[in-house]
Amino acid sequence: MNVTHAIDKNEARRRRWEARRRYLKDSYILWRRNRLMVVGTCIIVFLLLVAAFAPLLATHDSYEQILPDRLLAPSTKHYFGTDGLGRDIYSRVVYGSRVTLTIACLVAAISTPLGLVIGVFAGYVGGAIDEILMRLSDVFLAFPKLILAIAFAAALGPGVENAIVAISVANWPSYARLARAETLGVRNNDYIQVIRSMGASNLRIMVGHITPMCLSSIIVRLSLDMGTIILTAAGLGFLGLGAQPPTPEWGLMVSDGRQFLVDQWWVSTLPGIAILIVVMGFNLMGDGIRDILDPHQRQS
Amino acid sequence: MLQYILRRLFTLIITLVGIMVVTFFISLVVPLDPLASIAGPQAPQETVERLRTLYGFDQPIYVQFGRYMQRLLHADLGTSFQTGRPVLDDIIQYFPATIELATMALIVSIIIGIPLGILSAVYRNSAVDHFSRVLSLIGVSMPVFWLGLVLLLIFYFKLGWFPEPGRLDIMLIEPERITGMLLVDSVIALDFEVFWDALKHIVLPAAVLGLYGLAGIARIVRSSMLDVLSQEYIKTARIKGLNEFLVLTRHALRNALVPAVTVIGLTYGGLLEGSVLTETIFSWPGLGRYLATAFLTLDLNAVVGGTMLVALMFSLVNLVVDLIYAFLNPQITLTAS
Amino acid sequence: MTTQPLLSVKNLKVHFYTLRGIVHALERVAFELNRQETLGLAGETGCGKSVTARAILRLIDPPGRIISGSIIFEGRDILTIDEAEVRDIRGSQISMIMQEPKMSLNPVIRVGDQVAETLLIHDRSLNRRSARRQAVDMLAQLGIPDPTRMAQRYPHELSGGMSQRIMIAMMLVTRPKLLIADEPTSALDVTIQAQILALMQTLVSEIQTSVLMITHDLGVMAETCERVAVMYAGDMVEVGSVHNVLKHPQHPYTQGLLQTVPDKANPDQPLFSIEGNVPSLLEPQTNCRFAPRCAHVMDRCKREIPPVYNLNGDHQAACFLHDGSPEAQAV
Repeated sequence: MNVTHAIDKNEARRRRWEARRRYLKDSYILWRRNRLMVVGTCIIVFLLLVAAFAPLLATHDSYEQILPDRLLAPSTKHYFGTDGLGRDIYSRVVYGSRVTLTIACLVAAISTPLGLVIGVFAGYVGGAIDEILMRLSDVFLAFPKLILAIAFAAALGPGVENAIVAISVANWPSYARLARAETLGVRNNDYIQVIRSMGASNLRIMVGHITPMCLSSIIVRLSLDMGTIILTAAGLGFLGLGAQPPTPEWGLMVSDGRQFLVDQWWVSTLPGIAILIVVMGFNLMGDGIRDILDPHQRQS
Repeated sequence: MLQYILRRLFTLIITLVGIMVVTFFISLVVPLDPLASIAGPQAPQETVERLRTLYGFDQPIYVQFGRYMQRLLHADLGTSFQTGRPVLDDIIQYFPATIELATMALIVSIIIGIPLGILSAVYRNSAVDHFSRVLSLIGVSMPVFWLGLVLLLIFYFKLGWFPEPGRLDIMLIEPERITGMLLVDSVIALDFEVFWDALKHIVLPAAVLGLYGLAGIARIVRSSMLDVLSQEYIKTARIKGLNEFLVLTRHALRNALVPAVTVIGLTYGGLLEGSVLTETIFSWPGLGRYLATAFLTLDLNAVVGGTMLVALMFSLVNLVVDLIYAFLNPQITLTAS
Repeated sequence: MTTQPLLSVKNLKVHFYTLRGIVHALERVAFELNRQETLGLAGETGCGKSVTARAILRLIDPPGRIISGSIIFEGRDILTIDEAEVRDIRGSQISMIMQEPKMSLNPVIRVGDQVAETLLIHDRSLNRRSARRQAVDMLAQLGIPDPTRMAQRYPHELSGGMSQRIMIAMMLVTRPKLLIADEPTSALDVTIQAQILALMQTLVSEIQTSVLMITHDLGVMAETCERVAVMYAGDMVEVGSVHNVLKHPQHPYTQGLLQTVPDKANPDQPLFSIEGNVPSLLEPQTNCRFAPRCAHVMDRCKREIPPVYNLNGDHQAACFLHDGSPEAQAV
């Protein structure tokens, strides 16, 4: 029953600002209410802090081998004990956070933009190019991700950099798929037609108007994927196809400790717990982000 | 429906060709000279050259690719550098063990995962829901290789409840190989001692993979169930006077399980890849361990053959899943054409 | 109107517990529905019409909750009887047709089985075959060509109009005493709206069912209803016979609502709209909810909740304008 009256610019701006503020406030309330997500966020913040202040937190040099001190049980001197080469496991776990974060961030930084560009381009241009790009992504999706990553890691040779490339290669198709689907949904919307009729170039429409529409779902997917990326990296490390000794990578450390499993359980298990906790943190946060961005959640 | 199947088969063939191209590409980017590892470091130059000609590595890429495709079409996957046997024979030997393990794990995940997901959605925010969500969270977050080690440490080394890694006690003789799956073969041979021992051996690795699988399944069943429960037709069912049990079983369940089928297919793929790590830990003589060794030693033909087979399996599983999906969902027959 | 009404709703209060606070969706909804009568429930979107409908079936989903009030149906208070009894009433004595027919049918069950299910639930002695046959008969009664084939179809194969006919069949096959129709035609093409309404009316009079017709279309209301109740922001503002309410509206909101209907005789006249917006329902009601937009607003309208005044005969309005007028008396 209310008619739309012309609203002056200031009023429009005020309302927009208010809507944004309310959105943020709702997000905050949802975040607070989702206790699991609070836990997840705390874990990630903790991980970031540990990585940032690793030199301060570490009690020993993470590479220094003191052979007489090998395989010591956890104590006040060595919180997590020492490994087969007499290195302090606690310090290595602390420094390992940097390796894990580096891998996760670089994979995200490589695979999402790649997938986004390919997906938006394929969806927007359509036709044969779309068909070719999507068949290509089908082929990549036909491999289980870990197998593809392992194959590429093996082919490229072991090492952290190659592991990052390998995981990115395995990951981009799902982002491309998602971006394409979003693009198809948006492409024929009236407002895109309006922008086009105003003379915007295709590139401008793709970059300025379609890509931003895909971002939120890509971010949700990425945040849900972060845990898997870390698990894959650790798996590569465990198999000897990822980070190489003496890098303090958690998966590699679990693998190193296998030979001491029965009598020196801490060598293998403690770095594994670090992986579990961090992956759990990312998964909790990913779930939470998805829930918060989900409009259905806001009603209740 | 037939048209739909044909269309899916056609895309599967295209995908298969793509898989072959990708695996060929993988074998190309290998920076190390695999010949050096076959011939050994001290091999004279001419031996290496002879091998190079023998394996065709001296030809231009397109010729190599042509030969490669030709070989594949004749189901010739080449010879494994490691075992010295045809890769196909190796695969035939190792694959059933993996199928046995992955299927066992899938059964565990389905039997536990689906009811857990349903209960979790129906009794949202109850104790069951919290338990199931925490369990699936741990399941998806757990590094499988770590869980495998921990279970081995506790249940084999410390408690001794389960036998050592491997498929069968070394004192027992394997039954006649029919399917290659010990649990099946032993039943066929009516050798229940072997069956019981094989069952004990499979429990730990299947539990490791199963936890991973059930986590994914419980999560998706929960969310699709929640989605279905908020649909209008569920309200219709309540208006008609159905009690909650009938609303769930007759109206919600089938709709909720349709997306779950897709995830079960994906889970099977996930279990296949998880087997690489799990088999390594449990000394399970399956394709996963074979592949892991092949990757580490750059046994190229084995890498290519094994990867291709896994991708093929994965694609086939997806095809089957799509068909089941189409069968369960009456809408698909129309929208597909 | 000396006999007991079929349905009598009194002081119905429903709250929704949301992120931003408690939404007072229904504050004091009250009306009576007589046997074989069609009562229209009017009001703009979001005023609580659908919530009222769902409350009658006691099917308010969380985070909503029925706070107080009574819903007397055939002498029983639906809000106090136990769950099994309510379930027994749903579908057999009170049915409801919803706005989105396409969303309201289960996509994986053949429509014939969905219609038959209503019968099977409420009559244990019935076997599946005869329930199916009755369902097909019902489809035939609704003028559906080749009803046997239609019963075999899945919902996605049907048009919106056909889906709504299936819904009607599903909800009337048990010959309920009360049918709630929640905007039954607003999701349909204009061309088939009239057809569906006519069908519904014929069927309803045949099986002597009372109808609670929820609509924002006053034209539909004038055509189908005997009595009308008008809601505004969760509050009942006016109840009366369709003639009284539409021709001599006594509440300023009803008057405004009627003026918004374009005049066919005078098409050049500018469209009328009521100034202002619907108030936030986050505050409990302390005054007349319409006061901020009312042309006749008085001081007390902003401080007190106006009582419901009985005007001549069956006509009631909740407005202080009638305080002290000779024929009016507070209920």
